[in-house]
Amino acid sequence: MESSLLQAFIFLAAGVIAVPIASRLGLGSVLGYLIAGALIGPSVLGFLNDAESLMHFSEFGVVMMLFLIGLELKPSLLWRMRMPILGLGGLQMALTTGVITGIAYFFGQPWQTALAIGLILALSSTALALQILGEKKLMNAASGKSSFAVLLFQDIAVIPIIAILPLLAVINPNDHTGPHAESHESASLIAHLPGFQQALIIIFAVSILVLVGRFLSRPLFRYITESKLRELFTATALMMVMGIALLMDMVGLSPALGAFIAGVVLADSEYRHELEANIDPFKALLLGLFFISVGASIDFDLISTEPLLLGQIVFGLITIKFFILLGLAKLFKIPGGGKYWFSFALAQGGEFGFVLLSSSLEGRILPKETIDILTATIAISMVMTPLLILLNEKLIIPRFKEAKVTGPEADEIMEEQDSPVIIAGFGRYGQIVGRLLFANDIPVTILDHNAAHIERLRSFGYTVFYGDTARSDLLHTAGADKAKILIVTVDDREKAIEIVKMAKHSFPHLEIHARAYDALHYHALKAAGADYIERELFLSSLKMGEKSLKALGMRAFHARRQALQFAEHDQRTTDRLGKHLNDNKRYISEARQAQEEVLKILRRDKWTNRTTEDHAWDSTGHK
Amino acid sequence: MNRILILFAHPALEKSRVQRRLLKAAEAIEDITIHDLYETYPDFMIDVPAEQSLLLEHDLILFQHPLYWYSCPSLLKEWQDLVLEYGFAYGREGDALKGKTLGSIISSGGSRMSYSNEGRNHYSMKQLLQPFDQTARLCGMDYLPPFAVHRTHDMHESVIDEHSEHYRQILWRLQRGLPSKEETNSLEYLNDWAAE
Repeated sequence: MESSLLQAFIFLAAGVIAVPIASRLGLGSVLGYLIAGALIGPSVLGFLNDAESLMHFSEFGVVMMLFLIGLELKPSLLWRMRMPILGLGGLQMALTTGVITGIAYFFGQPWQTALAIGLILALSSTALALQILGEKKLMNAASGKSSFAVLLFQDIAVIPIIAILPLLAVINPNDHTGPHAESHESASLIAHLPGFQQALIIIFAVSILVLVGRFLSRPLFRYITESKLRELFTATALMMVMGIALLMDMVGLSPALGAFIAGVVLADSEYRHELEANIDPFKALLLGLFFISVGASIDFDLISTEPLLLGQIVFGLITIKFFILLGLAKLFKIPGGGKYWFSFALAQGGEFGFVLLSSSLEGRILPKETIDILTATIAISMVMTPLLILLNEKLIIPRFKEAKVTGPEADEIMEEQDSPVIIAGFGRYGQIVGRLLFANDIPVTILDHNAAHIERLRSFGYTVFYGDTARSDLLHTAGADKAKILIVTVDDREKAIEIVKMAKHSFPHLEIHARAYDALHYHALKAAGADYIERELFLSSLKMGEKSLKALGMRAFHARRQALQFAEHDQRTTDRLGKHLNDNKRYISEARQAQEEVLKILRRDKWTNRTTEDHAWDSTGHK
Repeated sequence: MNRILILFAHPALEKSRVQRRLLKAAEAIEDITIHDLYETYPDFMIDVPAEQSLLLEHDLILFQHPLYWYSCPSLLKEWQDLVLEYGFAYGREGDALKGKTLGSIISSGGSRMSYSNEGRNHYSMKQLLQPFDQTARLCGMDYLPPFAVHRTHDMHESVIDEHSEHYRQILWRLQRGLPSKEETNSLEYLNDWAAE
C-alpha cells in the first residue's frame, strides 16, 4: 500500500514538475511527460523499475481517448470519412510496411521476420499524435482529420496483424532463445476456436456493444442521474469503458477500437457531454502516465552500447515514414502547412508496436535482440516526435503562414459542407438565428473570423469554421452551391455589404438575409442585393416600447397592435426614404412628413366613436 | 358553492362601455376567477397546459365577450381550438370537463327583437349560439341559456348600470345553484331566470 502510494506520488510529482516546464519552454506536454519518465526510469534515477507493467496499465488512457473521439463522431460523419480512412490509411499501412519489409530483407532478415518488423513499425502512435494535434488545436483541420483517419485504420489493422504474426515465426533449430512455446497464452478466450466461429463471436460482441449503447445506455444513465450522485455517474462511465475493453479483449479485438465504436454509438446520446466531462480527466491522467512509462522504458544501456546502429534505425524509420506520409498528403491534397503537421505527427512507432513486440517475444516470433532494438527504436522515435513537431512549428509552418493572408488555416473548412443554411458571423445576433434553426433540426454551416471567439463557441459545442466569408472560394466550400439561404450577421458593416455583393454575384440562387446596423446600412445592403434585411435593434426596441405602453395602462393587445402598426409604417418610410439618400434636404423633409403621418395613423382611433358594433372593432383598418 | 371562471375576450376594451361595466360587476363578487384573454395573450400564444389546469379548478365556465359576426372574438376561438384538445375535453379518455357547465355572457349592438326569425339577424340568439351549445355537449358539459345585453351602441349610462347590477345578481345566484334542466330548456335568456 505504502509503496504503491509512493509510486503514484513519484509519477504525479514527476509530471507536475516536468510538464509545466516543458510547456513554458514551448516543448508541449507530451515531451514533458517523456522527459519525466526518462528521469525517473531505471536508467537515470531508478525510481521506476517496472515500466512495462505501468505501460500496460496506462494504455487504458488510449482506450479512453478513442472513446472520447468516438463521442465526437456521429455515424454519419464517420461514413463521410470512409474515403480518407480506407484510402489514406490503407495506403499508409501498405506502403510503409512494404518499404520497411524490403529494407529489413535487404539487410539479411528472413522474409517472415522482415514482414513482421514492417508491420510492427508501420503503426504510429495514436496517443502521441492525437495529443499533440489536439494541443495545437488541429483536430478539426485537414491535417488533424487525416491523421485521425490513418490512426483509425491502423487500430483496425492491428486485429489482423495479431492474427498473422504467429504465422511469421521462423523455426530455427539453432536458435538459442529456448524451446518454442507450444501454445502461448493469448488474451483472447476464443483463439482456439475455428476462424468462422471466431468471426461470429466477434460480430456478436460488436452487436451487443451497439445494441446496449443504443437501447440500454439511456435508461441506465437516466436511472443513475436520478440518484443525483455525481460520482455515481463517473463510476458508471468508467465502468462502461472498462467493460467494453474487457469484452473486446475477450474476443480478441482491440479495446481501443471497441471503445471507439461505443463512443460513436453514444455520439447521439443526450448524455454525451456529461460522459466527456467525466472521462476526460482520467484519460488525461492515464495518457500522462503512458507517456511517462514510454520515457521510462528507454533502455539507455542499449543506447550506449549500440548508439550508431540505433541512431541509424531511428533516423531511417522516421525518414521513411515521413516521406511516405508527405507523398500521401500531397496525393490526398491536404492544404498548405497541414501536409507537414500530418507527416510529422505520424512519423513514429506506436504503442501498439510495443504490444505486438511483447506478443512476438512470447510467441518466439522474433529473436530477443531484435525485439530489444525495435522497442528502443519505437520509444526513441516517440520521444523524437515532439521535437520534430517543434521544429516543424518553428521552421516550416511560418513559411506557409506568410503565404496566407487570412491567418490560421487551422479551422478552415476541410471538406465541402452541404447544409441548407450558411450563417456568416456567429456573434450575439447570429447565435440567436442559429439556435432557432438548430432547434428545428436544420443543419447550419457557421463561419466566423474571430479565432478566440470560435474557440469559445467550440467549447459550447458549436461547429464553427474559421474564414473570411467575403472570399467566394470559402463560401463555395461552405456549400453555397447547394445552400438555400445565406444569413449575413457579421458585425463589420462594410464587410457585410461586401459579402452580400460577392454572394449575389457568385451564387445568384442564394436567398440572402442580412442584419443591418441602421437605416443607412439597410439601404446599402438593399442596394447590394440582400433579399431580406432586418435592422438589428428595431424589433427589440419596438418590444420595449410596447411593454412601456402596457406599463402605462394601455391594454396589452392594443399596445401590441400599435407597435405593429408603427413598425409597418416605419418600414414603408424607410423604403421610401431610400430613394432620397443623395438629397439631404429632400431626405429630411420626407422623414418629417412620414413622422406626421404615423402620428395621424396611430391617433386616428381616438377620434372615432367608441362603438365596436357597426364597425370592425379596430377602425384603423379604414385607410 | 360553484367555482366560476369567466373567460373574458375583448380586443378593444378601451373602447367598450358595456363590457367594461359588466366586468366590473363581476369583479365585485368574491371567489370568481376572471381571466382576461386579450390581456394575457396579446401575441395569441396560448399556454394550453395552464388554461387546462385553470378549467379543472372550476365548475362553471362563462365565455364573456361582444358578439362579433354571430360568434366570439378570434382569440376566444383560438382558445377553443387549442385548449379543448382531443384526449382532454373530448374523445378517448377526454373527459376532463365532464359534468361542468358552460355559459355565454354576450353584448350585442342589435336589439333583442332583431334576433328573431322576423328580425334583421333572422335567428334567435339561442340559435346563433348553437356552436357553443354543441361544443359543451361534446365535452360532456351542460350549456346555459345566454345572458345578453342588447342595443348597446346608444345605451344610456343608467341602463348599463341596471344591466350590470342584474349581471352581478345572476353571478351571485349561479355561485349558489344552477338553473334546473327544465329552466335551462325553456329559457331563451338567462336574463329571464326568475328569482325563487
